[in-house]
Amino acid sequence: MIDQEVIDLINTSLAEEFELNEEDLKPDATLFDDLGLDSLDIVDMVIVLEKAFHFKIREKKSIREIRTLGDIHNFVINKKREIENTQ
Amino acid sequence: MALRRVVITGMGAVSPFGKGVDILMESMIKGQSGVTGLPELAEVGGLRSRVAALVNGIDPKVIPRKYRRSMSKMSIYATLACQDALQQACVSEKYITGGQLGVSIGSTLGSTNITQSFFEDFFTDHSLERMKSTVFFKIMGHSCAANVSQALGITGRILAPSSACSTGSQAVGYGFETIAFGKQDFMLCGGADEYHPLTTATFDIINAASINYNDDPNRTPRPFDRDRDGLVCSEGCGILLLESMKSAQKRDATILAEIIGFATTSDPSSIANPNAAAIETCMMKALKDANVRREEIDYINAHATATIQGDIAESQAIFKLFGSHVPVSSLKGHLGHTMAASGALELVATISMMNRGCIIPTLNLDNVDQSCEKIGHVQGIEKSHIKTVIKNNFALGCVNSSIVLRRYEYD
Repeated sequence: MIDQEVIDLINTSLAEEFELNEEDLKPDATLFDDLGLDSLDIVDMVIVLEKAFHFKIREKKSIREIRTLGDIHNFVINKKREIENTQ
Repeated sequence: MALRRVVITGMGAVSPFGKGVDILMESMIKGQSGVTGLPELAEVGGLRSRVAALVNGIDPKVIPRKYRRSMSKMSIYATLACQDALQQACVSEKYITGGQLGVSIGSTLGSTNITQSFFEDFFTDHSLERMKSTVFFKIMGHSCAANVSQALGITGRILAPSSACSTGSQAVGYGFETIAFGKQDFMLCGGADEYHPLTTATFDIINAASINYNDDPNRTPRPFDRDRDGLVCSEGCGILLLESMKSAQKRDATILAEIIGFATTSDPSSIANPNAAAIETCMMKALKDANVRREEIDYINAHATATIQGDIAESQAIFKLFGSHVPVSSLKGHLGHTMAASGALELVATISMMNRGCIIPTLNLDNVDQSCEKIGHVQGIEKSHIKTVIKNNFALGCVNSSIVLRRYEYD
């Protein structure tokens, strides 16, 4: 899966779960202020991403650093690379 | 009791006929049934009843996702009905958010549909890792009351009575007492439930669900009828906005009716079987609470679900207390049994009958059962300016409840 496919799958999954508009899904969009998500949504976002990419990320401390949609893209891309490198 | 007089200034309904009080009333006045066949229930092993009345034609997405995400269907029904009730009563935002408005809304259970979904997933590997953050808010006992309060910004007290088929009636009664005692000026009161086959199964296994009309669903349930064979489960929500008389008059609100009495009693003789003497006692207590004589009652909205025993017990109690001449009808033939919603939804219809000057008959009552024949059955639309009514509801667990209403007469 190339990086753009990862980004597309993230955006599609989050748009469906949180009823977001595609045009709002810009990398610099902040999760809380721009996309209107809150702490409960972040819990569910982790579950959505774990389901979409078949990995476990709930205990990763770096999740707490995420502020924007672009942060999620980078987090998932890095996580996938980390998994690929250990295989 | 009447420490403070309590009136109704708004109503909302989500029923098998759709959203709104008008469509509810117009459908019932036309003699329509909301009951349909559910052939897919054949897939549930041992379930013989394959009829139900389900809500259609509503748009949950009018509720913002932030609030809707923690709602199952029953909370969606409740929120839509509450919005309509507040809108009808023209209650301004300052009362809604300022603490004067409370909530008394219950359901039989939290969402069985969501509980089933959760455990289906959980039992695959006993993992909680896929559990969404909002599951609990859909299965908790006070799901409807809490979700309504969140969605509408209500800051007053929350009550969430749960007594199966008496839920809606008790919720209104407790809301009535809350305002009468001066604890709130407004209360959104009612009940809501969503359909799940477990509800039908609960009654089917005790031989109290209709099983002989699966191919002819509009002919069941048949309250008080010779050929009745049990109740039909349905879903929806009824909401009444209760308000202190003083507040309603100060706001110059339109008063739809006055609640003048309420009683609720336990009948420890059986957890499942209704008892005529206990029902009579409950109605008598409600009359006493209302300080009205039995001769003043000019319409009885019966619980009458079309079970063999329940209809007989209620008709015996009504006859003993009111004789043969007071008009009696049940709305279960149109609506099925909306469970926790039934008390409030049928109160909404009863108040609408008072204000429209008509009595809706018992649908499917073609041949009155001899055991129920002594009371004044309504079998066709009757024009009648009913003034003082009593509304009954009885529940598994043998929780009885009766409410007395009076039409409000403007000077």
